[in-house]
Amino acid sequence: MARKNATQAKTSAAGSTGKKVGGRKSSPAKPNVPEFSKGDELRAYREMLLIRRFEEKAGQMYGMGLIGGFCHLYIGQEAVVTGINMAARPDDASITSYRDHGHMLAVGMDPNGVMAELTGRVDGLSKGKGGSMHMFSTEKRFYGGNGIVGAQVSLGTGLAFAAKYRGEDSVSLTYFGDGASNQGQVYESFNMAKLWDLPVVYIIENNKYAMGTSLERSSALTNLANRGASFNIPGETVDGMDVRYVRDAAERAINHARTGKGPYILEMKTYRYRGHSMSDPAKYRSKDEVQAMRSERDPIEQVKQRILDKKHGNIDDLKQIEKEVRAIVTKAADFATNSPEPDPSELWTDITI
Amino acid sequence: MPTDILMPALSPTMEEGTLAKWLVKEGDSVVPGDVICEIETDKATMEVESVEEGTIGKILISEGSEGVVVNSVIAVMLGEGESADDISQVPAPVAAEPSAVQPQTEEAAPKTSPQKTSGASAPVFSPAADPDLPEGVEMVEMSVRQALNEAMSEEMRADDDVFLMGEEVAQYQGAYKISQGMLAEFGERRVIDTPITEHGFTGIAVGAAFAGLKPIVEFMTFNFAMQAIDQIVNSAAKQLYMSGGQVQAPIVFRGANGAASRVGAQHSQDFTAWYAQVPGLTVIAPYSAADAKGLLKAAIRSPNPVVFLENELMYGVSFDVPIMDDFVLPIGKARMVRQGNDVTIVSFSIGMKYATEATETLVSEGVDVELIDLRTIRPLDMETVLNSVKKTGRCVVVEEGWPQFSVGSELSARLMEQAFDYLDAPVMRIAGKDVPMPYAANLEKLALPSVDEVVAAVNAVTYRS
Repeated sequence: MARKNATQAKTSAAGSTGKKVGGRKSSPAKPNVPEFSKGDELRAYREMLLIRRFEEKAGQMYGMGLIGGFCHLYIGQEAVVTGINMAARPDDASITSYRDHGHMLAVGMDPNGVMAELTGRVDGLSKGKGGSMHMFSTEKRFYGGNGIVGAQVSLGTGLAFAAKYRGEDSVSLTYFGDGASNQGQVYESFNMAKLWDLPVVYIIENNKYAMGTSLERSSALTNLANRGASFNIPGETVDGMDVRYVRDAAERAINHARTGKGPYILEMKTYRYRGHSMSDPAKYRSKDEVQAMRSERDPIEQVKQRILDKKHGNIDDLKQIEKEVRAIVTKAADFATNSPEPDPSELWTDITI
Repeated sequence: MPTDILMPALSPTMEEGTLAKWLVKEGDSVVPGDVICEIETDKATMEVESVEEGTIGKILISEGSEGVVVNSVIAVMLGEGESADDISQVPAPVAAEPSAVQPQTEEAAPKTSPQKTSGASAPVFSPAADPDLPEGVEMVEMSVRQALNEAMSEEMRADDDVFLMGEEVAQYQGAYKISQGMLAEFGERRVIDTPITEHGFTGIAVGAAFAGLKPIVEFMTFNFAMQAIDQIVNSAAKQLYMSGGQVQAPIVFRGANGAASRVGAQHSQDFTAWYAQVPGLTVIAPYSAADAKGLLKAAIRSPNPVVFLENELMYGVSFDVPIMDDFVLPIGKARMVRQGNDVTIVSFSIGMKYATEATETLVSEGVDVELIDLRTIRPLDMETVLNSVKKTGRCVVVEEGWPQFSVGSELSARLMEQAFDYLDAPVMRIAGKDVPMPYAANLEKLALPSVDEVVAAVNAVTYRS
């Protein structure tokens, strides 16, 4: 593949939040607040709320024994995938780790199919054979749903490779966590992505904890936006709890990748309210920390408050959205509960073609 | 006393080469580091430099000479005060004597196209015609190296989605020269040099396959693929199943597998059994050039992830390859190399070399051997093996990999399960020894299977010994 001249690295907090990276509770100054129209706010509210309510229902169904194995909930991080998706095109590819339910809903995959996969039923998106961590949609260009921490970063770089090879201008949106950001293959991929100027946006969902190990305890340097510096990949740290900043940064990053300038890193400072998985009591952090995030930074509450303040809608309008979202989730849960288990013959299908 | 300049070996497997060019003439003075000649093998062209100071007294091998045996005297160098009169008759090659020359680092741009070498020789054996070939098809002699090159090139000409990536595949023309000439034909978009990052580039290739491309990933050797085995197994092999049949991974992982020669434990491992255990993968390990070509083309067209295991020692070996516009062999079909009634020998890849030579010996002693080349290890062609063992009642499996949980172990178990009543003797496994590969020449030889071991095993199961 042809190389392009390396562009100037623009590391850390460029123009976005200007916040000091690594500050735990710093409430960053926010110059140039990105504009969100009424339509943007309402769309973000609805999409984030769907993820929230879906995940709450999944947690509930896990507790009832309807969902087995691992179940990693996205609650708290909704602004990241929602904001990214608001800046993306339908033909852009996306790939993430095992905390993937939100990503699938965001790209428009069927909530019924997602929930039925969680319950391991035949109407699940992978016929019940993938589970929570392994769902895909070639139609929506969603490539999983990957269970090995960091593996999706190389795979996502490969999606970008394919786009460039074919002369298409789609972008690969490759999501991974702060934990994966220490995996070796991430840097192997960074190197090749820049070497070949592949159209990939690396979205690091920094929710501060790799399972139970905090970023500070796992990483020599905690500014993850800077992780591409050795490869001359620009990076920004973004307030991942505010969907406006997420979309704004994503537009820059995606445009950069789409116009042939190569990869771009977005470090999304976010937070998961729940444990790493359903079986994690999250004893490694204080209740106060979680509560402070919920009450002060919640991505959905922020949008809700703005809608009311700016009179984009009133309480009744929001209640109506809530009602519609709940109906979708209830329907998905019913569907997933009533769908039959896969036929035993499915054990032996889809191994090879 | 004059010093002999010997034909150097460029690699542990080189036995002879071409003296391409002399850069000095008789009477020239040389100092250490001066390049005196160029030698050429099927893999590379290298400069040879002097390690001593002196005068070139006599050139014994003229330039352009082919088949110059390693360690034969190619020239004689005179020290201070010596003259050409001091040179006695041409001495016999002495292997132990240190050479006055040493090869320089490998040249990046060898001139020759892939060609056959007589460096390693295929056993003389007349195998039965492959029933998968059209009757009376014309054959051409071709090395395994060239067969692999042709397979990739033909498929790349036919399908723009096929590309080759790996370390040194493009500008260097392939570490083992399998991709020689492909950069020139297909350009840097489709023949892609990667950094030395197996884990990363394998993941990138698998991701590209998810997006619909058909990558060929060359591992310089499969030893290095261990860095990438997560992407091969967890990402490529399981994708179709995990996605309920939705996402395919049409990709070929290929390269040299198994022991080469004198490269020590970390570079001498046979991974056949490892990959053959994984549902979702297709595993192919050809022996002949025809199988290498026909099966690599099939692998590239396969919608499944294929692990294609080659063997460095076989690259230079030549076989008959059919002259056909589009020669593709079926995956998952063993080849009956020789039909017989007394005993079944099953092998694959370079194991076929031992098996074939043992068969020659045994046939000459009156044992009617049936010889099967598995060619594909997963899916395993049990039908062919079972039918054979039901006829002969005896089976010996030959492979270079470790014996525990080997291909032979699997075949033994299946034969026990599916042909127990037909067996007249226990199934025997001839495999590499259960040790890391040693470096010392004698130990390495002991660690590998031998023709004698195969013959002894056949004698044991036929109760001849």
